[in-house]
Amino acid sequence: MAFKVLKPGMLTLLQDLGRHGYQHLGVTSGGPMDEVAFRWGNALLDNPDNAPQLEITFGMLSLEATQPTSIAIAGADLGATINGEAVMPWQTYEVKAGDVLNFQQPKFGLRAYLAVKGGFLATPVLGSVATVTRESLGGFDGKGSKVQKGDLLPFHATSNHTPRHLPRLAIPNYEQAEIDVVTGYQYARFSGLDRARFFNSDYTLSQNCDRMGYRLEGQAVGQDQPGIISEGIAYGAIQIPSDGNPIVLLRDRQTIGGYPKIGCVTSISGGFLSQKKPGDKIGFRFMTIDQAERERHLTLARIHQWR
Amino acid sequence: MKDNQASAATATPIEISLVSDQACLLQFSNVISDAVADQISLVTTALRELEGIIDLIPSYTTLLVVFDTSCFDRFAIQKALQGVLASIDWSSAGNRVSQEVVIPVYYGPEVGPDLEDVAKHCQLDTDEVIRLHSTTTYRAYAIGFTPGFAFLGNTPEALHVPRKTTPRLKVPIGSVAIAERQTAVYPSVTPGGWQILGRTPIALVNWASDSLALINAGDSVRFEPMTKEEFLAQGGNLDGF
Repeated sequence: MAFKVLKPGMLTLLQDLGRHGYQHLGVTSGGPMDEVAFRWGNALLDNPDNAPQLEITFGMLSLEATQPTSIAIAGADLGATINGEAVMPWQTYEVKAGDVLNFQQPKFGLRAYLAVKGGFLATPVLGSVATVTRESLGGFDGKGSKVQKGDLLPFHATSNHTPRHLPRLAIPNYEQAEIDVVTGYQYARFSGLDRARFFNSDYTLSQNCDRMGYRLEGQAVGQDQPGIISEGIAYGAIQIPSDGNPIVLLRDRQTIGGYPKIGCVTSISGGFLSQKKPGDKIGFRFMTIDQAERERHLTLARIHQWR
Repeated sequence: MKDNQASAATATPIEISLVSDQACLLQFSNVISDAVADQISLVTTALRELEGIIDLIPSYTTLLVVFDTSCFDRFAIQKALQGVLASIDWSSAGNRVSQEVVIPVYYGPEVGPDLEDVAKHCQLDTDEVIRLHSTTTYRAYAIGFTPGFAFLGNTPEALHVPRKTTPRLKVPIGSVAIAERQTAVYPSVTPGGWQILGRTPIALVNWASDSLALINAGDSVRFEPMTKEEFLAQGGNLDGF
Protein backbone atom coordinates (compact mmCIF):
# COMPACT_ATOMS: atom_id res chain seq x y z
CA MET A 1 0.00 0.00 0.00
CA ALA A 2 2.77 2.34 -0.80
CA PHE A 3 5.42 3.60 -3.17
CA LYS A 4 8.95 2.89 -2.05
CA VAL A 5 11.31 5.74 -2.90
CA LEU A 6 14.32 4.41 -4.84
CA LYS A 7 15.56 7.90 -5.81
CA PRO A 8 14.05 11.01 -4.16
CA GLY A 9 14.51 13.43 -7.07
CA MET A 10 15.58 17.07 -6.93
CA LEU A 11 12.58 18.22 -4.92
CA THR A 12 9.57 16.00 -4.36
CA LEU A 13 6.94 17.29 -1.95
CA LEU A 14 3.55 16.14 -0.72
CA GLN A 15 0.98 18.86 -1.46
CA ASP A 16 -2.74 19.46 -1.14
CA LEU A 17 -4.55 22.70 -2.02
CA GLY A 18 -2.81 24.46 0.86
CA ARG A 19 -2.88 25.44 4.52
CA HIS A 20 -5.55 28.08 4.79
CA GLY A 21 -6.73 30.15 7.72
CA TYR A 22 -3.39 30.59 9.53
CA GLN A 23 -1.73 33.41 7.64
CA HIS A 24 -2.59 35.82 10.46
CA LEU A 25 -0.09 33.79 12.54
CA GLY A 26 2.56 34.11 9.84
CA VAL A 27 1.97 30.58 8.50
CA THR A 28 2.20 30.53 4.72
CA SER A 29 -0.32 28.65 2.58
CA GLY A 30 1.91 26.26 0.63
CA GLY A 31 -0.01 24.16 -1.89
CA PRO A 32 0.62 23.21 -5.50
CA MET A 33 2.71 25.64 -7.56
CA ASP A 34 0.52 24.73 -10.54
CA GLU A 35 -2.99 24.60 -9.09
CA VAL A 36 -4.69 23.77 -12.38
CA ALA A 37 -2.44 20.76 -13.06
CA PHE A 38 -3.02 19.56 -9.49
CA ARG A 39 -6.80 19.85 -9.87
CA TRP A 40 -6.68 17.91 -13.14
CA GLY A 41 -4.64 15.18 -11.42
CA ASN A 42 -7.42 14.57 -8.91
CA ALA A 43 -10.16 14.96 -11.52
CA LEU A 44 -8.57 12.26 -13.70
CA LEU A 45 -8.90 9.76 -10.83
CA ASP A 46 -12.23 11.12 -9.57
CA ASN A 47 -10.52 11.97 -6.27
CA PRO A 48 -11.71 14.76 -3.96
CA ASP A 49 -10.27 18.16 -5.09
CA ASN A 50 -7.98 18.32 -2.07
CA ALA A 51 -6.59 14.72 -2.19
CA PRO A 52 -2.81 14.83 -1.52
CA GLN A 53 -0.45 14.39 -4.48
CA LEU A 54 3.28 14.48 -5.07
CA GLU A 55 4.67 17.64 -6.63
CA ILE A 56 7.75 16.55 -8.56
CA THR A 57 10.07 19.41 -9.44
CA PHE A 58 12.56 18.74 -12.25
CA GLY A 59 12.41 14.92 -11.97
CA MET A 60 15.15 12.36 -11.11
CA LEU A 61 12.56 10.51 -9.04
CA SER A 62 12.21 6.75 -8.95
CA LEU A 63 9.38 4.93 -7.16
CA GLU A 64 8.54 1.25 -6.81
CA ALA A 65 4.94 0.24 -6.11
CA THR A 66 4.49 -2.32 -3.33
CA GLN A 67 0.75 -2.69 -4.11
CA PRO A 68 -1.52 -2.07 -7.11
CA THR A 69 -3.11 1.32 -7.68
CA SER A 70 -4.32 3.65 -10.37
CA ILE A 71 -2.28 6.82 -10.93
CA ALA A 72 -2.63 10.03 -12.87
CA ILE A 73 0.21 12.22 -14.08
CA ALA A 74 -0.51 15.90 -14.68
CA GLY A 75 1.54 19.02 -15.32
CA ALA A 76 5.03 18.96 -16.77
CA ASP A 77 6.34 16.24 -19.05
CA LEU A 78 9.34 15.04 -17.07
CA GLY A 79 10.03 12.07 -19.31
CA ALA A 80 8.13 9.64 -17.09
CA THR A 81 8.34 5.88 -17.62
CA ILE A 82 6.61 2.85 -16.11
CA ASN A 83 8.93 -0.16 -16.21
CA GLY A 84 10.99 1.70 -18.79
CA GLU A 85 8.07 2.41 -21.08
CA ALA A 86 7.40 6.11 -21.78
CA VAL A 87 4.15 7.51 -20.37
CA MET A 88 2.64 10.91 -21.16
CA PRO A 89 1.14 13.31 -18.65
CA TRP A 90 -2.60 14.14 -18.51
CA GLN A 91 -3.61 10.46 -18.34
CA THR A 92 -4.32 7.70 -15.85
CA TYR A 93 -2.26 4.51 -15.72
CA GLU A 94 -2.64 1.18 -14.00
CA VAL A 95 0.21 0.30 -11.65
CA LYS A 96 0.87 -3.21 -10.31
CA ALA A 97 2.97 -4.33 -7.36
CA GLY A 98 6.63 -4.23 -8.37
CA ASP A 99 6.18 -1.67 -11.14
CA VAL A 100 8.85 1.03 -11.23
CA LEU A 101 7.86 4.60 -12.03
CA ASN A 102 10.60 7.00 -13.11
CA PHE A 103 10.57 10.72 -13.73
CA GLN A 104 13.69 11.73 -15.62
CA GLN A 105 14.16 15.34 -16.75
CA PRO A 106 11.94 18.18 -17.94
CA LYS A 107 10.83 18.05 -21.59
CA PHE A 108 7.98 20.54 -21.21
CA GLY A 109 7.44 22.46 -18.00
CA LEU A 110 9.15 21.96 -14.63
CA ARG A 111 6.70 20.44 -12.15
CA ALA A 112 4.71 17.25 -12.55
CA TYR A 113 1.95 16.01 -10.28
CA LEU A 114 1.54 12.36 -9.37
CA ALA A 115 -1.89 11.47 -8.03
CA VAL A 116 -2.93 8.05 -6.74
CA LYS A 117 -6.47 6.77 -6.46
CA GLY A 118 -7.86 8.13 -3.16
CA GLY A 119 -4.81 10.33 -2.55
CA PHE A 120 -1.59 9.79 -0.62
CA LEU A 121 -2.09 9.23 3.10
CA ALA A 122 -0.62 11.62 5.66
CA THR A 123 -1.78 13.35 8.83
CA PRO A 124 -2.62 17.02 8.29
CA VAL A 125 -0.89 19.69 10.36
CA LEU A 126 -3.00 22.85 10.82
CA GLY A 127 -5.58 21.36 8.49
CA SER A 128 -3.27 20.52 5.60
CA VAL A 129 -0.57 18.11 4.46
CA ALA A 130 1.06 20.78 2.24
CA THR A 131 4.82 20.56 2.76
CA VAL A 132 6.53 23.82 3.69
CA THR A 133 10.12 22.88 4.52
CA ARG A 134 11.02 26.38 5.75
CA GLU A 135 8.27 26.20 8.39
CA SER A 136 8.77 22.50 9.23
CA LEU A 137 5.08 21.87 8.52
CA GLY A 138 3.26 19.20 6.53
CA GLY A 139 4.55 16.38 4.37
CA PHE A 140 4.47 12.65 5.11
CA ASP A 141 6.16 13.15 8.51
CA GLY A 142 4.25 16.33 9.47
CA LYS A 143 7.60 18.08 9.97
CA GLY A 144 7.97 19.58 6.53
CA SER A 145 10.43 17.00 5.18
CA LYS A 146 10.75 16.53 1.45
CA VAL A 147 10.52 12.99 0.07
CA GLN A 148 13.71 11.04 0.83
CA LYS A 149 15.32 7.83 -0.36
CA GLY A 150 13.82 4.78 1.35
CA ASP A 151 10.59 6.56 2.34
CA LEU A 152 7.35 4.63 2.01
CA LEU A 153 4.63 6.86 0.56
CA PRO A 154 1.36 5.25 1.64
CA PHE A 155 -1.97 4.99 -0.20
CA HIS A 156 -4.95 2.63 -0.14
CA ALA A 157 -4.30 -0.13 -2.68
CA THR A 158 -6.87 -0.74 -5.39
CA SER A 159 -7.12 -2.86 -8.52
CA ASN A 160 -9.88 -0.68 -9.95
CA HIS A 161 -8.52 1.24 -12.87
CA THR A 162 -10.38 3.51 -15.28
CA PRO A 163 -8.37 4.70 -18.28
CA ARG A 164 -8.95 8.41 -18.74
CA HIS A 165 -7.14 11.24 -20.45
CA LEU A 166 -7.63 14.94 -20.97
CA PRO A 167 -9.09 16.22 -24.20
CA ARG A 168 -6.21 17.66 -26.21
CA LEU A 169 -7.67 21.16 -26.15
CA ALA A 170 -7.73 21.23 -22.36
CA ILE A 171 -4.00 20.57 -22.04
CA PRO A 172 -2.17 23.76 -20.98
CA ASN A 173 0.60 24.99 -23.25
CA TYR A 174 3.59 25.54 -20.96
CA GLU A 175 5.52 27.16 -23.78
CA GLN A 176 3.32 30.21 -23.34
CA ALA A 177 5.60 33.05 -22.27
CA GLU A 178 2.98 35.72 -21.55
CA ILE A 179 2.09 36.00 -17.88
CA ASP A 180 -1.16 37.81 -17.02
CA VAL A 181 -1.05 40.58 -14.46
CA VAL A 182 -3.78 42.58 -12.78
CA THR A 183 -2.65 46.00 -11.63
CA GLY A 184 -3.49 46.91 -8.11
CA TYR A 185 -3.78 49.70 -5.65
CA GLN A 186 -0.04 50.51 -5.72
CA TYR A 187 0.22 50.73 -9.53
CA ALA A 188 -0.30 54.49 -9.26
CA ARG A 189 3.04 54.79 -7.46
CA PHE A 190 4.87 53.81 -10.65
CA SER A 191 5.58 56.34 -13.41
CA GLY A 192 4.14 56.03 -16.90
CA LEU A 193 7.58 55.13 -18.16
CA ASP A 194 8.00 52.37 -15.55
CA ARG A 195 4.59 50.91 -16.40
CA ALA A 196 5.40 50.92 -20.11
CA ARG A 197 8.77 49.29 -19.46
CA PHE A 198 7.23 46.66 -17.22
CA PHE A 199 4.66 45.53 -19.78
CA ASN A 200 6.93 45.81 -22.82
CA SER A 201 10.11 44.09 -21.67
CA ASP A 202 11.24 40.50 -21.56
CA TYR A 203 12.29 39.22 -18.17
CA THR A 204 14.60 36.28 -17.54
CA LEU A 205 14.04 33.94 -14.62
CA SER A 206 17.10 34.19 -12.34
CA GLN A 207 18.69 31.32 -10.41
CA ASN A 208 16.72 32.56 -7.38
CA CYS A 209 13.44 30.90 -8.23
CA ASP A 210 11.81 28.64 -5.71
CA ARG A 211 8.44 27.91 -4.12
CA MET A 212 8.60 31.21 -2.20
CA GLY A 213 9.02 33.38 -5.23
CA TYR A 214 10.57 33.96 -8.63
CA ARG A 215 13.20 36.67 -8.88
CA LEU A 216 13.39 38.08 -12.40
CA GLU A 217 16.14 39.90 -14.28
CA GLY A 218 15.76 42.45 -17.05
CA GLN A 219 14.50 45.98 -17.41
CA ALA A 220 14.53 47.50 -13.93
CA VAL A 221 11.43 49.47 -12.97
CA GLY A 222 10.69 51.86 -10.12
CA GLN A 223 14.13 51.60 -8.49
CA ASP A 224 14.68 53.22 -5.12
CA GLN A 225 11.00 53.61 -4.35
CA PRO A 226 10.49 54.12 -0.65
CA GLY A 227 9.20 51.04 1.14
CA ILE A 228 5.60 50.82 2.25
CA ILE A 229 4.29 49.96 5.69
CA SER A 230 4.42 46.15 5.86
CA GLU A 231 1.16 44.58 4.75
CA GLY A 232 -0.29 41.18 3.87
CA ILE A 233 0.97 39.71 0.60
CA ALA A 234 -1.44 38.07 -1.83
CA TYR A 235 -0.51 35.08 -4.00
CA GLY A 236 1.15 36.33 -7.19
CA ALA A 237 2.08 39.78 -5.84
CA ILE A 238 4.88 41.38 -7.86
CA GLN A 239 7.22 43.16 -5.48
CA ILE A 240 9.70 45.75 -6.68
CA PRO A 241 12.73 45.89 -4.38
CA SER A 242 15.21 48.78 -4.56
CA ASP A 243 17.21 47.26 -7.45
CA GLY A 244 14.03 47.40 -9.58
CA ASN A 245 14.05 43.71 -10.56
CA PRO A 246 10.58 42.24 -10.00
CA ILE A 247 9.96 39.35 -7.60
CA VAL A 248 6.77 37.33 -8.07
CA LEU A 249 5.63 35.85 -4.76
CA LEU A 250 4.22 32.35 -4.98
CA ARG A 251 2.87 29.55 -2.74
CA ASP A 252 5.46 29.57 0.07
CA ARG A 253 5.74 33.38 0.24
CA GLN A 254 6.16 35.28 3.47
CA THR A 255 2.79 36.49 4.71
CA ILE A 256 3.68 40.18 5.11
CA GLY A 257 6.21 42.48 3.47
CA GLY A 258 7.09 46.08 2.84
CA TYR A 259 8.14 46.36 -0.82
CA PRO A 260 5.88 48.26 -3.22
CA LYS A 261 3.93 46.08 -5.67
CA ILE A 262 3.33 46.93 -9.28
CA GLY A 263 0.61 44.30 -9.70
CA CYS A 264 -0.38 40.70 -9.13
CA VAL A 265 0.01 37.66 -11.37
CA THR A 266 -3.41 36.03 -11.77
CA SER A 267 -4.12 32.77 -9.96
CA ILE A 268 -4.24 30.88 -13.27
CA SER A 269 -1.16 32.50 -14.80
CA GLY A 270 0.86 31.82 -11.63
CA GLY A 271 0.67 28.13 -12.52
CA PHE A 272 2.16 28.78 -15.97
CA LEU A 273 4.94 30.86 -14.42
CA SER A 274 5.68 28.01 -11.98
CA GLN A 275 6.33 25.70 -14.92
CA LYS A 276 9.21 27.97 -16.08
CA LYS A 277 12.86 27.38 -15.21
CA PRO A 278 15.80 29.68 -14.44
CA GLY A 279 16.98 31.11 -17.77
CA ASP A 280 13.51 31.05 -19.37
CA LYS A 281 12.13 34.34 -20.67
CA ILE A 282 8.69 35.72 -19.92
CA GLY A 283 6.73 38.90 -20.57
CA PHE A 284 3.92 40.45 -18.56
CA ARG A 285 0.52 41.09 -20.12
CA PHE A 286 -2.07 43.44 -18.67
CA MET A 287 -5.35 41.82 -17.72
CA THR A 288 -8.41 43.38 -16.13
CA ILE A 289 -9.66 41.89 -12.89
CA ASP A 290 -12.93 40.79 -14.52
CA GLN A 291 -11.00 38.92 -17.23
CA ALA A 292 -8.88 37.26 -14.53
CA GLU A 293 -11.98 36.28 -12.61
CA ARG A 294 -13.69 34.92 -15.72
CA GLU A 295 -10.61 32.92 -16.68
CA ARG A 296 -10.46 31.32 -13.24
CA HIS A 297 -14.15 30.44 -13.26
CA LEU A 298 -13.98 28.97 -16.76
CA THR A 299 -10.88 26.93 -15.93
CA LEU A 300 -12.37 25.48 -12.75
CA ALA A 301 -15.76 24.92 -14.39
CA ARG A 302 -14.11 23.01 -17.24
CA ILE A 303 -12.45 20.64 -14.76
CA HIS A 304 -15.71 20.10 -12.85
CA GLN A 305 -17.79 19.51 -15.96
CA TRP A 306 -15.26 17.08 -17.36
CA ARG A 307 -15.43 14.98 -14.17
CA MET B 1 -24.37 55.83 5.82
CA LYS B 2 -21.71 53.23 6.46
CA ASP B 3 -19.07 55.53 4.97
CA ASN B 4 -20.11 58.25 7.37
CA GLN B 5 -19.80 55.91 10.30
CA ALA B 6 -16.38 54.75 9.18
CA SER B 7 -15.12 58.26 8.61
CA ALA B 8 -16.50 59.40 11.93
CA ALA B 9 -14.19 56.92 13.63
CA THR B 10 -11.21 57.27 11.32
CA ALA B 11 -9.37 60.23 9.85
CA THR B 12 -9.82 58.71 6.38
CA PRO B 13 -12.52 56.28 5.29
CA ILE B 14 -11.55 52.63 4.94
CA GLU B 15 -10.61 51.97 1.33
CA ILE B 16 -11.41 48.61 -0.19
CA SER B 17 -9.31 47.66 -3.21
CA LEU B 18 -9.04 44.49 -5.22
CA VAL B 19 -5.51 43.11 -5.18
CA SER B 20 -6.06 40.05 -7.36
CA ASP B 21 -8.85 37.70 -8.41
CA GLN B 22 -8.65 36.18 -4.90
CA ALA B 23 -7.79 39.00 -2.52
CA CYS B 24 -8.88 42.45 -1.33
CA LEU B 25 -7.00 44.94 0.76
CA LEU B 26 -8.65 47.15 3.35
CA GLN B 27 -6.56 50.26 3.92
CA PHE B 28 -7.44 51.94 7.23
CA SER B 29 -4.93 54.77 7.25
CA ASN B 30 -1.50 55.75 5.99
CA VAL B 31 -0.25 56.31 9.51
CA ILE B 32 0.44 53.75 12.23
CA SER B 33 -1.45 54.40 15.46
CA ASP B 34 -3.13 52.53 18.28
CA ALA B 35 -6.53 53.83 17.15
CA VAL B 36 -6.00 52.35 13.69
CA ALA B 37 -4.75 49.08 15.19
CA ASP B 38 -7.89 48.94 17.36
CA GLN B 39 -10.10 49.31 14.29
CA ILE B 40 -8.19 46.61 12.43
CA SER B 41 -8.66 44.23 15.37
CA LEU B 42 -12.36 44.98 15.42
CA VAL B 43 -12.82 44.41 11.68
CA THR B 44 -10.67 41.25 11.71
CA THR B 45 -12.85 39.77 14.46
CA ALA B 46 -16.05 40.72 12.62
CA LEU B 47 -14.85 39.22 9.32
CA ARG B 48 -14.06 35.87 10.95
CA GLU B 49 -17.83 35.29 11.01
CA LEU B 50 -18.17 35.80 7.27
CA GLU B 51 -18.48 32.56 5.31
CA GLY B 52 -16.20 32.24 2.28
CA ILE B 53 -13.22 34.09 3.77
CA ILE B 54 -10.09 31.95 3.46
CA ASP B 55 -7.47 34.08 5.20
CA LEU B 56 -7.20 37.40 7.01
CA ILE B 57 -3.81 39.07 7.38
CA PRO B 58 -3.95 42.11 9.67
CA SER B 59 -0.94 44.41 9.62
CA TYR B 60 -0.09 47.93 10.82
CA THR B 61 -2.56 49.92 8.72
CA THR B 62 -4.14 47.28 6.47
CA LEU B 63 -6.07 44.05 6.44
CA LEU B 64 -5.61 41.63 3.53
CA VAL B 65 -8.70 39.50 2.89
CA VAL B 66 -8.28 36.31 0.84
CA PHE B 67 -11.64 35.00 -0.34
CA ASP B 68 -13.02 31.83 -1.86
CA THR B 69 -13.71 32.56 -5.51
CA SER B 70 -16.51 29.99 -5.50
CA CYS B 71 -18.36 32.11 -2.88
CA PHE B 72 -17.63 35.65 -4.08
CA ASP B 73 -17.00 37.49 -7.30
CA ARG B 74 -15.34 40.91 -7.34
CA PHE B 75 -18.62 42.72 -6.74
CA ALA B 76 -19.99 40.37 -4.08
CA ILE B 77 -16.85 40.47 -1.95
CA GLN B 78 -16.76 44.26 -1.89
CA LYS B 79 -20.44 44.38 -1.05
CA ALA B 80 -20.01 41.83 1.73
CA LEU B 81 -17.05 43.74 3.18
CA GLN B 82 -18.97 47.01 3.07
CA GLY B 83 -21.87 45.30 4.82
CA VAL B 84 -19.63 44.09 7.64
CA LEU B 85 -17.96 47.49 7.98
CA ALA B 86 -21.40 49.14 8.17
CA SER B 87 -22.51 46.81 10.96
CA ILE B 88 -19.53 47.51 13.19
CA ASP B 89 -20.00 49.53 16.35
CA TRP B 90 -16.90 51.73 16.06
CA SER B 91 -17.38 53.20 19.52
CA SER B 92 -16.21 49.89 20.98
CA ALA B 93 -12.86 50.18 19.19
CA GLY B 94 -11.23 52.13 22.01
CA ASN B 95 -12.29 49.90 24.87
CA ARG B 96 -11.34 46.58 23.37
CA VAL B 97 -10.27 43.90 25.83
CA SER B 98 -6.96 42.69 24.54
CA GLN B 99 -5.11 39.68 25.77
CA GLU B 100 -2.08 40.60 27.85
CA VAL B 101 0.90 38.35 27.33
CA VAL B 102 3.79 38.40 29.81
CA ILE B 103 7.06 36.98 28.56
CA PRO B 104 9.82 36.19 31.07
CA VAL B 105 13.28 37.10 29.79
CA TYR B 106 16.76 36.38 31.01
CA TYR B 107 18.75 39.45 30.00
CA GLY B 108 22.31 38.11 30.31
CA PRO B 109 25.56 38.26 28.39
CA GLU B 110 25.43 34.56 27.36
CA VAL B 111 22.07 34.96 25.59
CA GLY B 112 22.05 38.71 24.89
CA PRO B 113 25.25 39.31 22.91
CA ASP B 114 24.19 42.79 21.78
CA LEU B 115 23.24 44.10 25.23
CA GLU B 116 26.60 45.92 25.68
CA ASP B 117 26.55 47.41 22.17
CA VAL B 118 23.00 48.64 22.59
CA ALA B 119 23.88 50.24 25.92
CA LYS B 120 26.89 51.95 24.34
CA HIS B 121 24.86 53.13 21.34
CA CYS B 122 22.11 54.52 23.57
CA GLN B 123 24.57 55.93 26.13
CA LEU B 124 22.93 54.00 28.94
CA ASP B 125 24.17 51.24 31.21
CA THR B 126 22.89 47.71 30.60
CA ASP B 127 20.62 47.77 33.68
CA GLU B 128 18.91 50.85 32.31
CA VAL B 129 18.47 49.16 28.90
CA ILE B 130 16.84 46.18 30.64
CA ARG B 131 14.68 48.44 32.79
CA LEU B 132 13.44 50.46 29.80
CA HIS B 133 12.76 47.37 27.70
CA SER B 134 10.88 45.55 30.46
CA THR B 135 8.78 48.43 31.82
CA THR B 136 7.12 49.27 28.50
CA THR B 137 3.86 47.65 27.41
CA TYR B 138 3.98 46.85 23.70
CA ARG B 139 1.34 46.16 21.14
CA ALA B 140 1.52 43.36 18.57
CA TYR B 141 0.94 45.28 15.33
CA ALA B 142 1.55 42.42 12.94
CA ILE B 143 2.61 38.76 12.82
CA GLY B 144 4.82 37.57 10.00
CA PHE B 145 8.40 37.04 8.79
CA THR B 146 8.17 33.52 10.25
CA PRO B 147 5.23 31.76 11.94
CA GLY B 148 4.51 33.40 15.28
CA PHE B 149 7.00 36.27 14.84
CA ALA B 150 5.22 39.29 16.37
CA PHE B 151 6.28 42.83 15.50
CA LEU B 152 5.90 44.65 18.82
CA GLY B 153 5.93 48.42 19.17
CA ASN B 154 6.90 50.89 20.23
CA THR B 155 10.14 50.76 22.16
CA PRO B 156 11.01 53.86 24.25
CA GLU B 157 12.87 56.44 22.19
CA ALA B 158 15.99 56.06 24.31
CA LEU B 159 16.23 52.44 23.05
CA HIS B 160 16.01 53.12 19.34
CA VAL B 161 18.89 51.33 17.62
CA PRO B 162 19.50 50.39 13.97
CA ARG B 163 19.57 46.79 12.78
CA LYS B 164 22.96 45.09 12.74
CA THR B 165 24.92 45.83 9.56
CA THR B 166 25.50 42.10 9.02
CA PRO B 167 22.55 39.89 10.01
CA ARG B 168 23.29 36.73 11.96
CA LEU B 169 22.74 33.54 9.96
CA LYS B 170 21.22 31.74 12.95
CA VAL B 171 19.41 33.53 15.73
CA PRO B 172 18.68 31.05 18.56
CA ILE B 173 15.06 30.23 19.35
CA GLY B 174 13.51 32.47 22.03
CA SER B 175 15.92 35.37 21.43
CA VAL B 176 14.46 38.74 22.44
CA ALA B 177 15.66 41.54 20.20
CA ILE B 178 15.13 45.19 19.27
CA ALA B 179 15.53 47.23 16.08
CA GLU B 180 14.48 50.80 15.42
CA ARG B 181 11.10 51.29 17.17
CA GLN B 182 10.30 47.59 17.45
CA THR B 183 10.98 44.56 19.56
CA ALA B 184 10.29 40.86 18.99
CA VAL B 185 10.94 37.31 20.10
CA TYR B 186 12.31 34.82 17.53
CA PRO B 187 9.91 31.81 17.62
CA SER B 188 12.23 29.59 15.56
CA VAL B 189 15.85 29.51 14.48
CA THR B 190 16.16 31.90 11.53
CA PRO B 191 18.58 34.46 10.15
CA GLY B 192 18.04 37.85 11.76
CA GLY B 193 19.51 41.31 11.95
CA TRP B 194 17.96 42.64 15.14
CA GLN B 195 19.99 43.45 18.28
CA ILE B 196 19.64 40.61 20.77
CA LEU B 197 19.15 41.52 24.43
CA GLY B 198 18.15 38.23 26.05
CA ARG B 199 16.18 35.03 25.75
CA THR B 200 12.88 33.60 26.96
CA PRO B 201 12.56 29.95 27.99
CA ILE B 202 8.91 29.74 26.89
CA ALA B 203 7.71 28.57 23.48
CA LEU B 204 6.13 31.16 21.20
CA VAL B 205 4.42 28.62 18.97
CA ASN B 206 2.99 25.21 19.66
CA TRP B 207 1.01 23.84 16.74
CA ALA B 208 -0.23 20.95 18.87
CA SER B 209 -1.94 23.28 21.36
CA ASP B 210 -5.30 24.98 20.88
CA SER B 211 -3.86 28.46 21.16
CA LEU B 212 -1.19 27.73 18.48
CA ALA B 213 0.72 30.98 18.93
CA LEU B 214 1.39 32.82 22.19
CA ILE B 215 0.99 36.28 20.64
CA ASN B 216 -1.80 37.32 18.29
CA ALA B 217 -2.06 40.62 16.41
CA GLY B 218 -3.63 43.21 18.69
CA ASP B 219 -2.36 41.67 21.95
CA SER B 220 -0.56 43.65 24.65
CA VAL B 221 2.86 42.27 25.50
CA ARG B 222 5.20 42.86 28.44
CA PHE B 223 8.63 41.46 29.22
CA GLU B 224 9.53 40.46 32.77
CA PRO B 225 13.18 40.09 33.76
CA MET B 226 14.14 36.74 35.28
CA THR B 227 17.37 35.52 36.86
CA LYS B 228 19.70 33.03 35.19
CA GLU B 229 18.62 30.42 37.79
CA GLU B 230 14.93 30.95 37.01
CA PHE B 231 15.69 30.83 33.27
CA LEU B 232 17.51 27.50 33.62
CA ALA B 233 14.85 26.11 35.98
CA GLN B 234 12.19 26.84 33.34
CA GLY B 235 14.10 24.86 30.76
CA GLY B 236 16.06 27.71 29.17
CA ASN B 237 19.39 26.94 27.57
CA LEU B 238 22.42 29.15 27.12
CA ASP B 239 23.69 27.72 23.82
CA GLY B 240 23.74 29.34 20.44
CA PHE B 241 26.45 31.99 20.45
